Amino acid sequence: MTTTLIPPADPRQVDLAGKGQPLADKTFRWILFVCLAVGVVFLGVLLAYVTIKGWPRLTPTLWENMPSLRRPEQAGAQSAITGTLWVIGFTALFALPIGFLGAVYMEEYANPSSRFTRFVEINIQNLAAVPSIVYGILGLAIFARALALGQTVITAGLTLALLVLPVIIVSTREALRAVPQNIRHGSLALGATLWQTTWRQTMPAAVPGMATGTILALSRAIGEAAPLLLLGAVTFISFNPTGPFSAYTTLPIQIYNWTKESREEFQILASATIVLLLVILLAMNAVAILIRNRTQKRW
Amino acid sequence: MSATLAESAAGGLNPLRQTKPRYGEKVIRGILFAAAAVSILTTFGIVISVLIPSLEFFAEIPLTEFLFTTTWTPLFANPQYGVLPLVMGTMVITIIAVAIAIPLGLGSAIYLSEYAKPKARKVLKPTLEVLAGIPTVVFGFFALEFITEFVLKPIFPQIDIFNALSAGIVMGIMIIPTIASLSEDAMAAVPAGLRDGAYALGATKRQVALRVVVPAALSGIVAAFVLGISRAIGETMIVTIAAGLQPNMTFNPLEGMQTMTSYIAAAGAGDVATGSIEYKSIFAVGLLLFVITFFMNMISIRLVRRYRQAYQ
Amino acid sequence: MMSRTMSDIHDSAAPQSTNDLANTGRMDVSAVLEGAEIPETVSNIVFDLNNVQVFYGDFQAVRDVTMQIGRNEITAFIGPSGCGKSTLLRSFNRMNDLIPGARVEGLLAYHGFDIYGPDVDPIEVRRRIGMVFQKPNVFPKSIYENVAYGPKVNGMKVNMDDLVEECLTKAALWDEVKDDLKKSAYALSGGQQQRLVIARCIAVKPEVILMDEPCASLDPIATAKIEDLMKELAKDYTIVIVTHNMQQAARVSERTAFFTADVDAEGVRHGRLVEYGPTRRIFTAPHDPRTEDYISGRFG
Repeated sequence: MTTTLIPPADPRQVDLAGKGQPLADKTFRWILFVCLAVGVVFLGVLLAYVTIKGWPRLTPTLWENMPSLRRPEQAGAQSAITGTLWVIGFTALFALPIGFLGAVYMEEYANPSSRFTRFVEINIQNLAAVPSIVYGILGLAIFARALALGQTVITAGLTLALLVLPVIIVSTREALRAVPQNIRHGSLALGATLWQTTWRQTMPAAVPGMATGTILALSRAIGEAAPLLLLGAVTFISFNPTGPFSAYTTLPIQIYNWTKESREEFQILASATIVLLLVILLAMNAVAILIRNRTQKRW
Repeated sequence: MSATLAESAAGGLNPLRQTKPRYGEKVIRGILFAAAAVSILTTFGIVISVLIPSLEFFAEIPLTEFLFTTTWTPLFANPQYGVLPLVMGTMVITIIAVAIAIPLGLGSAIYLSEYAKPKARKVLKPTLEVLAGIPTVVFGFFALEFITEFVLKPIFPQIDIFNALSAGIVMGIMIIPTIASLSEDAMAAVPAGLRDGAYALGATKRQVALRVVVPAALSGIVAAFVLGISRAIGETMIVTIAAGLQPNMTFNPLEGMQTMTSYIAAAGAGDVATGSIEYKSIFAVGLLLFVITFFMNMISIRLVRRYRQAYQ
Repeated sequence: MMSRTMSDIHDSAAPQSTNDLANTGRMDVSAVLEGAEIPETVSNIVFDLNNVQVFYGDFQAVRDVTMQIGRNEITAFIGPSGCGKSTLLRSFNRMNDLIPGARVEGLLAYHGFDIYGPDVDPIEVRRRIGMVFQKPNVFPKSIYENVAYGPKVNGMKVNMDDLVEECLTKAALWDEVKDDLKKSAYALSGGQQQRLVIARCIAVKPEVILMDEPCASLDPIATAKIEDLMKELAKDYTIVIVTHNMQQAARVSERTAFFTADVDAEGVRHGRLVEYGPTRRIFTAPHDPRTEDYISGRFG
């Protein structure tokens, strides 16, 4: 651009319109857009690929039948579906109370500057970034072996619960923090104890945030495979779990098992199961978004 | 200060005294404290479950042999336990992934932060979130079945079925949302005043983004990079499915290679006798993995705290 | 200093001097002149403060307050911003305990018993000494549940329906809400919400109601309703109100305490009680020049 600092003698010569964006800026913007587009396009291709490839097997046999290595055309993923439900059930059973109560302690009871509080916070931040297979090692050594719980549903539930605990704690803390302070003051000024205030006013007001955090955490748990590889899920399971101490498999593990097989029929089965898994996750996240949009509290 | 005034005069009990001992409150506080302490117990649990078998392992295999020799053959009759091939495999795939994720992630973040209109943001940000929510086993499947077959084979006909490039590419895309969202948070924390000042001087969006916003958000952006690298190092399913299970001391991404994570997965899922040296090697590799990612996470957390403090 | 008597004020038809507060036109004190004259000292003491000081950590927020609050009277705390009025008020019901590092020194006695004594239960303190806040902080629940909350958490065995109706009636809100008690409290107007807060407060049968600028966020009509309500409530309760509005203090209170802020060498403000006495006297014949300055609008 050729502009000088000295205004021209004739004001009509000033051209504020300029000459448009310089090439460098336009190119830069395009580069950035391409960066974003790569991820978006990749996602689109992935979704299209698994849907197209798995289409032939997206039939009721997928959830009506058990897996079979000898007759892939009749194989289904029922044991993986029920296994996932059992494992996630136990994950929620362990993770939700501990996560909610731990977050309540940190937000409502703890002294923010005490060493314990800060130590817990650092721990949670670190645990959130530990590789998931390390949780598998933890589960193997402590739950499966030391506590002799074996390679069972309950071990998987405990291990995944510890894995998603940081997610629940962080999202619950945020939800509690969003509740205005003067609601708590109003309750305490009436002669309520801190627990009464927390249980009857603060937590109910934080429920929508806690719900979305829960869904986020459980979505993560449903998709996890790495820790369960060490906890016995890869063995060939063609039955539904019978209890917490039953052997099991889950949808991601079943996908992994079929992916490893060389025959094309199993690749198609894997694709179809992937579609099933993604649909479940999509439904859960849609519920989370619905909750988030429905509850606009006017404080 | 205890009551002195009318106590003796009234002769009665203090109406404000505690009538109920409120044990319930103390018990509840204890339960809540215990719940918060579970996180500390978890870290402790991870450390001992990884450390104790590792110490037994290093009693038999010297640490120097583990860290510095280049043959990893636990299953052979004369087993060798040099971990460098696994570290190499992790490194090659991580480098490929990060080479993709950092530019694309940072570029996406700058676009979303400085350029995108609100309507576009409403569509693009959730798309990245969807990408972040896809289970890694799905990425692994996609890498093996699609990327290797239909993208890489046409370009490199000699490529192995299991190769590092496919795993690296897919892992890179998987990490983009992590880097993008953390970088974007860091850029959003930059005060509007800094941008406005630059615009007022006639700077273009490009100049503002590159010379004002990114430098101001730098520690947060670096934290995002470090976290992305840590995720790449710790990722299991993609490499287990797509990069194969053969330890391989090579830089060639067209070959397959085993990583620290895929070794743990393969050995842990297989039939390994408890208490054998091979079994303990799982934990030794796990210890190495944990130590590496722990230090990277600590660096990342420190950096995030620094940029948060700067703009508080 | 000026010392006027009642007859002087009544007899003056025109400003007698430039120091005549009542007729400078700065403030309408006719409200102050209504009602009976009350004695300088409090006869029926509820709160007895002796050299009370409030600290936040090392910082002294309120210095040396000595005063008594009388039963069934409305006592107003007035003064400029930042002079510790609200801080002092909050120490009456131990709400300051919620702030880490807050402590009270001196003796703050309630019916002769030190509120900060070692065996005192703060929960019980707060039941007997209720509080209405600046912004109406109704719970995100129904009107009924708001009023019923206090009795429920205190384990009061009462007929809840009757109690709710009685409290809403006393708070001059019953007629406006009786048709739908299940409606969310957020559906009410600001003035109605504040009356709901008052109803909620009296449901636990307190003796004292503390009010921290209760009309600050309300319009004049709602404010007037609350002020009328206060005078009604004073028949049953002891009320202490912090207010920035001098006219309000003049209208509703029997006694007024004027606070100011000492500014020290570093510019930090410490609250101090300047003068305390019957409202009528404070507004027509204050002893302290600072009080006179504030009331005549020369500062603050």
